[in-house]
Amino acid sequence: MSGFLSQYGGEIAELTVEHLWLTGAAMLFATVIAVPVGVWLTRRPAWARPVIGTANVLQTIPSLAMFGFLLPLPWLGERADRVAIVALTAYALLPILRNTYAGIQGIDPSLSSVARALGLTDRQRFFKVELPLASSIILAGLRTATVTCVGIATIAAAVGAGGLGELIFRGVASVDNRLVLAGAIPAALLALACDSALGLLEKWVRVPGPSSSP
Amino acid sequence: MTAAIEFRSVGLTTAEGRPLLAGISFAVQECTTTAVLGRSGAGKTTLLRTVNRMAEPTSGEVLVKGDNVRHSELIAFRRSIGYVIQETGLFPHMTAERDVALVLEAEGRPHQERVRRSHELLRAVGLEPAQFAARYPHQLSGGQRQRVGLARALAAEPHVLLMDEPFGALDPLTRAEMQDMLKTLLAQLNVTVLLVTHDLDEALYLGDRIVLLNDGKLVAHLAPDEFLQSREPVVEGYVRAFHRGENVAARDAAQEKRA
Repeated sequence: MSGFLSQYGGEIAELTVEHLWLTGAAMLFATVIAVPVGVWLTRRPAWARPVIGTANVLQTIPSLAMFGFLLPLPWLGERADRVAIVALTAYALLPILRNTYAGIQGIDPSLSSVARALGLTDRQRFFKVELPLASSIILAGLRTATVTCVGIATIAAAVGAGGLGELIFRGVASVDNRLVLAGAIPAALLALACDSALGLLEKWVRVPGPSSSP
Repeated sequence: MTAAIEFRSVGLTTAEGRPLLAGISFAVQECTTTAVLGRSGAGKTTLLRTVNRMAEPTSGEVLVKGDNVRHSELIAFRRSIGYVIQETGLFPHMTAERDVALVLEAEGRPHQERVRRSHELLRAVGLEPAQFAARYPHQLSGGQRQRVGLARALAAEPHVLLMDEPFGALDPLTRAEMQDMLKTLLAQLNVTVLLVTHDLDEALYLGDRIVLLNDGKLVAHLAPDEFLQSREPVVEGYVRAFHRGENVAARDAAQEKRA
């Protein structure tokens, strides 16, 4: 076992970093796209169904097929990590989009109305009232998206984008369970770590209420 | 003298064609309190909301200090008008200190000034800042929440204060305390108040004038004693509905005398 670790330890660490980079970049893009779109949808509810529906359809494409579709595209297909990041971004959109929309829609309308009556501008109403009140729900969406992405990123190795999936694919090909586990265990731990870190953040921004009184 | 608030044949019909207000005209004099009475759905809240432009009349006009509110600069105008609503008005993610000074925060005033003003106002409504400033709404009782709401409405030194059933959700004892506190506070301030309530006793206690709405129309605009003696059927009906207890007490007293 220790021999195995000394042989592969360096590689596992390297691939973990690569895995984090793929997931992190995708989450960044997805957040930058989905949060503003989600907010915009609360202002134009007529668009909510078609837009969220589209994100839903993206979500249902099998991941291997998604990587395959993107590979032949110009520019994108030149580098495997580009393909991986775009595909992961597509998967992360739905949970973030849905939660942003639901989080803001779910705010007691009388609170938004009071904010207007007090003379807050639209911007102030959004940043001082709506966003803080919706933030824990938006973060919950981010958390779901991150965990999903950490999992799907293992498949990115199929198009040569690296990450911990590399070890899993190699292990499967050489019928070496130790290699499969060397990829799968760090990937699972990574997902758990992201989940609890974002969980803590979510708790921290949660609106104080009777259930969470200090 | 220009009235602080004046309604000139104010009417409001919804997009579906349902009339909420029709031909309402009356004036509220500077530094007086007018109580707006009426049953649920009579248009009280809608009338109140035409003053700070949360509702726009479809006919007639509302004037504040002689100027048509429609021509005011919306944000600055709303900040110059205090607004208190029943129960749900406080922001759950804000401490009392921040909530009270929110309008000042929106105006970009420095933090120190906001804290100073916030504590001053909390003290004015009977909440000791050391104890209450850092509390969130769920850590306050119903009466304390209404006090914070009132302090917030006064933060920008408004010349008009709109109160929409501010004490409606409180128990009778707390409500009486709040009414006393409000009365004392108003005596010290130069503020014109429009108070929506369905509680006749509250209207009689706090109001210099009483307005009664029925089905979106103005039925009476009277001084409290005139209101009690009015022979107008709708007014009489309202007074009778409220003073049942006194009628019963009077009857009991009469029976005792006979016995």
